[in-house]
Amino acid sequence: MSSKTSKKQEVLFEIKNLKKYFPVKGGVLQRTVGHVKAVDDISFTIYKGETLGIVGESGSGKSTLGRTILRLLDPTEGEIIYNNEDIASLRQGKLRPLRKDMQMVFQDPYASLNPRMSVGELIEEPMIVQNTLSKADRKQMVVDLLGKVGLGPEARMKYPHEFSGGQRQRIGIARSLSTRPKFIIGDEPVSALDVSVQSQVLNLMEDLQDEFELTYLFIAHDLSVVKHISDRVGVMYLGRMAEIAPKKSLYDKPLHPYTQALIAAVPSTDVLNVREKTPLKGDLPSPSNPPTGCAFHTRCPKVHDRCKVDRPELVHMGEEHYVACHLYTNPESKSSEDLQS
Amino acid sequence: MGIRKTEDVKSSQPEKSKSPLQLAMRRFLRNRLAVAGIVIIIIMVSIAVFAPLLAQHDPRQSDLINVMQKPSGENWLGTDSSGRDNFSRLVYGSQVSLLIGFFAMLFTLAIGVVLGSLSGFYGGKVDSLIMRAADLMLIFPFLLLVLTVMAILDRVTIGIFITIIALTTWPNITRILRGTFLSLREKEYIIGARSIGCSDLRIIVKHFLPNAIGPIIVNATIMMATLIIIESGLSFIGFGIPQPTPTWGNMVTEARSLRVLTQHPEAWVPPGLAILLTVLAINFIGDGLRDAFDTKSNM
Repeated sequence: MSSKTSKKQEVLFEIKNLKKYFPVKGGVLQRTVGHVKAVDDISFTIYKGETLGIVGESGSGKSTLGRTILRLLDPTEGEIIYNNEDIASLRQGKLRPLRKDMQMVFQDPYASLNPRMSVGELIEEPMIVQNTLSKADRKQMVVDLLGKVGLGPEARMKYPHEFSGGQRQRIGIARSLSTRPKFIIGDEPVSALDVSVQSQVLNLMEDLQDEFELTYLFIAHDLSVVKHISDRVGVMYLGRMAEIAPKKSLYDKPLHPYTQALIAAVPSTDVLNVREKTPLKGDLPSPSNPPTGCAFHTRCPKVHDRCKVDRPELVHMGEEHYVACHLYTNPESKSSEDLQS
Repeated sequence: MGIRKTEDVKSSQPEKSKSPLQLAMRRFLRNRLAVAGIVIIIIMVSIAVFAPLLAQHDPRQSDLINVMQKPSGENWLGTDSSGRDNFSRLVYGSQVSLLIGFFAMLFTLAIGVVLGSLSGFYGGKVDSLIMRAADLMLIFPFLLLVLTVMAILDRVTIGIFITIIALTTWPNITRILRGTFLSLREKEYIIGARSIGCSDLRIIVKHFLPNAIGPIIVNATIMMATLIIIESGLSFIGFGIPQPTPTWGNMVTEARSLRVLTQHPEAWVPPGLAILLTVLAINFIGDGLRDAFDTKSNM
């Protein structure tokens, strides 16, 4: 799949300096005493037809990033360019018609379907709201979509509680497809499912991508899942993008010490080639009080003085491989031999 | 349910499954006390509806020659201090008591649902405003407020009475609804409704309210019982529906006289029992509904 990226370079979304800060209220008067910087100055591009995977620990801001791009949360700052229009500042009313182009598949298949609506109503609802089809066409579309995700037409009369997690996630996917979107954000769509069901849903999403010419932003905390489905992968740490690169490049030669640690931590089935493991120490620092300089410097095995003061910017290392680390931005302070280690 | 095998090969239209609401109703009907409550309420409502057939006397017609009569073939439960037939008053009183309980509940619920929805959905300034208004209502002693209003108005009709009760008891249900909305707000299906571009009204009506129906129904039922008690209480102290309109509350008022209390139990025991039975029945129904909606099982 990674060959796709080289051909398709048409930009679908351009995210520029996106920030989402949640105010922290405190005291009797509920004054703002600080901010949780869930998404802190992130810029990247999403190309048409690709699958961009976003990985990060819990609390790294990856879900907030997805919700902010869809304007389910209002960004604090920054631009989201879609069709030459900055949708970051659009009013909700103007945004509503655009929503049929961009949909979301949620993490928890037990919480993402309204338990009081039948499956047919659930899948039909986006079409009613967006007013895309006549009533008869909508009913037909529901049956078609159920077939596409591998469920029978009788499912439309049932309620979500009658289905298993994997089936519900298929219903969620059918619902997201009903307005024929161009772009779907998967917010950890398989992390709540059994491993055996995960691959079914992932394969379904890949098949649907080809059939409906979809672009995915695939959020996950599991590197192996992202590796399976993505063309490019972005690694987030504490609301910032640490590294973003084509899948092959990222997994074969990760540049950021955080990415290296993540990849080293993936359990390997290869007994003959046991990788050296240097587990990261400590927890993710609080995003309300992030470390100065590089956010990762408190846990980085290759930390040096500059990391504690200067915040690294994403730099291009060739072949669409971007990394935000002073090991690569400041060659004069470190000798080139150290870089290779 | 569950074991619905695929024997419906010939029928192209598949059978509609039970919705969560229908499942809750099934659980409710298995609860014996709640069903008993339903039966009692049905009887009470029938009495109210068929009152003209059951009562042989005009409940408002006083007969000053025959006051404080003992029960007889003519007056089954005797007559009151103005010579009105107690049995007819008991029968007609059910109309007023149930009407007040039901419509005051509906009115209160309407205010509570609208304000609670707005408060819980929009949050922020709207929420603060509505909640402060609710606080304001709650810190007023309810009785004092009602008595003041009743004292200002010279004639209290049933409509006015219902309005006054609704305007003073809305904060409770408003708070309950707001709380329910707040807990639903972070559910992924609410975010999902937003992500497909639902309007605020659609989100409230199609996504919030159906999922808040459990707490709404349960609280509405229990509120109705409370309101019947409030009506009786206010009537008892003389600030309810004025005579000669019969209500169970102002029938019990007769017992304020020591003579009636000791020598004419037939005048005040039946309406007292009627209040007790009705309120008890409604509370059983409320409990049954709560259990039916609270069950976490998906069956």
